Amino acid sequence: MLYFIEQLLNGIQLGMLLFLLAAGLTLIFGIMDLVNLAHGSLYMIGAYFAATFAAWTDSFVLGAILALIATLIVGMALEVIAIRRLYGRDHLDHVLATFGLLLFFNELVRLIWGPAGLTLSLPSEMLNAVQILPGLYYPVYRLVIIGVTLTVGALLYALIMRTRLGMLIRAGASNREMVGALGINIKLLYTLVFGLGAALAGFAGLMQAPILTVQIGMGENILIAAFVVVTIGGIGSIRGAFVAAMLVGLVDTIGRAFVPDLLHTYLSESASSSLGRALSSMSIYVLMALVLIVRPEGLFPAASR
Amino acid sequence: MSHSLTPRLAVNVVLLLILGLVPVYAALTDNTFVMTLFTRVIILAIAALSLNLIMGFGGMVSFGHAAYLGIGGYAVGILSKEGIDSGFVQWPVAIGASALFALVVGTLSLRTRGVYFIMITLAFAQMVYYIAIGLDRYGGDDGLTIYHQSQFGGLVNLNNKTVFYYLCLVLLLAGIYAVWRIVNSRFGLVIRGARSNEGRMRAIGFPTFRYKLTCFVIAGAMCGLAGALLANHTNYISPAIMEWTRSGDLIVMAVLGGMRAAFGPLIGAMTFLLLEDWLSRVTDYPNLIIGPVLLIVAIYINGGIDGLLGRRRHG
Repeated sequence: MLYFIEQLLNGIQLGMLLFLLAAGLTLIFGIMDLVNLAHGSLYMIGAYFAATFAAWTDSFVLGAILALIATLIVGMALEVIAIRRLYGRDHLDHVLATFGLLLFFNELVRLIWGPAGLTLSLPSEMLNAVQILPGLYYPVYRLVIIGVTLTVGALLYALIMRTRLGMLIRAGASNREMVGALGINIKLLYTLVFGLGAALAGFAGLMQAPILTVQIGMGENILIAAFVVVTIGGIGSIRGAFVAAMLVGLVDTIGRAFVPDLLHTYLSESASSSLGRALSSMSIYVLMALVLIVRPEGLFPAASR
Repeated sequence: MSHSLTPRLAVNVVLLLILGLVPVYAALTDNTFVMTLFTRVIILAIAALSLNLIMGFGGMVSFGHAAYLGIGGYAVGILSKEGIDSGFVQWPVAIGASALFALVVGTLSLRTRGVYFIMITLAFAQMVYYIAIGLDRYGGDDGLTIYHQSQFGGLVNLNNKTVFYYLCLVLLLAGIYAVWRIVNSRFGLVIRGARSNEGRMRAIGFPTFRYKLTCFVIAGAMCGLAGALLANHTNYISPAIMEWTRSGDLIVMAVLGGMRAAFGPLIGAMTFLLLEDWLSRVTDYPNLIIGPVLLIVAIYINGGIDGLLGRRRHG
């Protein structure tokens, strides 16, 4: 039971990270109608920036803040230089262009930081585990991730539902032309939304950096998982992204934790571990296929389309 | 079609001449590397061609096409490992298994549209990728070495690199001809019609779902054959062939060459692979150049490289 709760917390933590990535993706999808395969690159860049700045400043928090700002700037610059020219084009053009960007960023990171990965170490007070239930110790940093990402999620919700900028973003998602016709600087709005998405991706990357190694290509698998989240949730829906992120995070973590053991009751040790690994890696894709077969536009289809 | 010498015709003729003469050049200069490279170009051109049939003409953007390469390749690898070396068994199994997988994926996916279709095809390809990783008996993550080429009872000897090269080339040309025939048939008209306006096609009485599904299965089968060829070419098969970025590569090849052109996938595969090979020899960071090239093609060049060769009359 304690093990189950621990895995549940891990699932929530993964879900929150996926939500940070998926929120940016789904905003960019919903508002600019852009398929962005380079979103995972911004996640990677956020992690690299954090590792570098933390080493310079000798402070994890300061490094994280600088990395966040830097990723925001990279994202906005990327939008102005390249992404802007892709709006209103065929999705295939998006795939081709952003696939090119993904290759470019991987190589650029290799050029700047070298092929070996970096590590980002935590301040000592975050290294410990606390007892959250009798007999259940859980790493402080993972709790910090859950707390901080929940806060960011709440702030994002407030930004989108309660501010003028958020109103414009929502309006842009329902009807771009009309927002432009009403005299809103749609170009600037798009740059801001893309920058916001980039910053969220970079934030997810830098939060995850101390747990994983910071390495080239780290954004690719999680990008696909984030796409799964966006698709399950319904493209353009932040609420859908949140629900789907939790679902995907839990299914993935619980699957990895329990499927091999479950199979072990029927199969030999080695067969169940390899088959279990394969099945649990597949679980989120099976989930997505099932959702799309039943609801071809995801769980929360954006009403306007 | 007029028979005057257009730039497009000239490029295609030169391309075929080059491909036809590669083994001669390789034999004269004793350069086996160029054979290996061009065999790879031709095999991946077949894969890109099959993708282009559904993507370029049918508007079905499959982001999981590398799965068929893997299924075709694993069919050869698994049968070979189990002691069945006959190509008369291996290749039909490769094609059949890919077609069957395409039938399942198509049936479930063709209900969705746009980005959802892109994502669900990706999801199915990821499933196959992870199944391949889970195949402990067949190497799991590390993949599987194929010790014997497919045997055709003395009819063709695939151990001979030149024979294998020309076999691939003949299959590619047959594939290009088949796709051209399909696209210009009544069946192809329905597929193209469904791309531009599916609702209208249905309204005038075509069950577009069945047409698109058939097209999807044909493309899967063709790509499965390419997978069987690739396994014979590298003597090796591993899950890496099905990573989602490989599916991205196939999309890049098809789009780069020009999706409305019969020779587009070949031109795209050749440009992409030769550029990659050349850049990786002159620089340590080839993707620093390839990436922006793709970006520029996507932004500024409508209709891929084929689009640079002048406007087409129709399409």
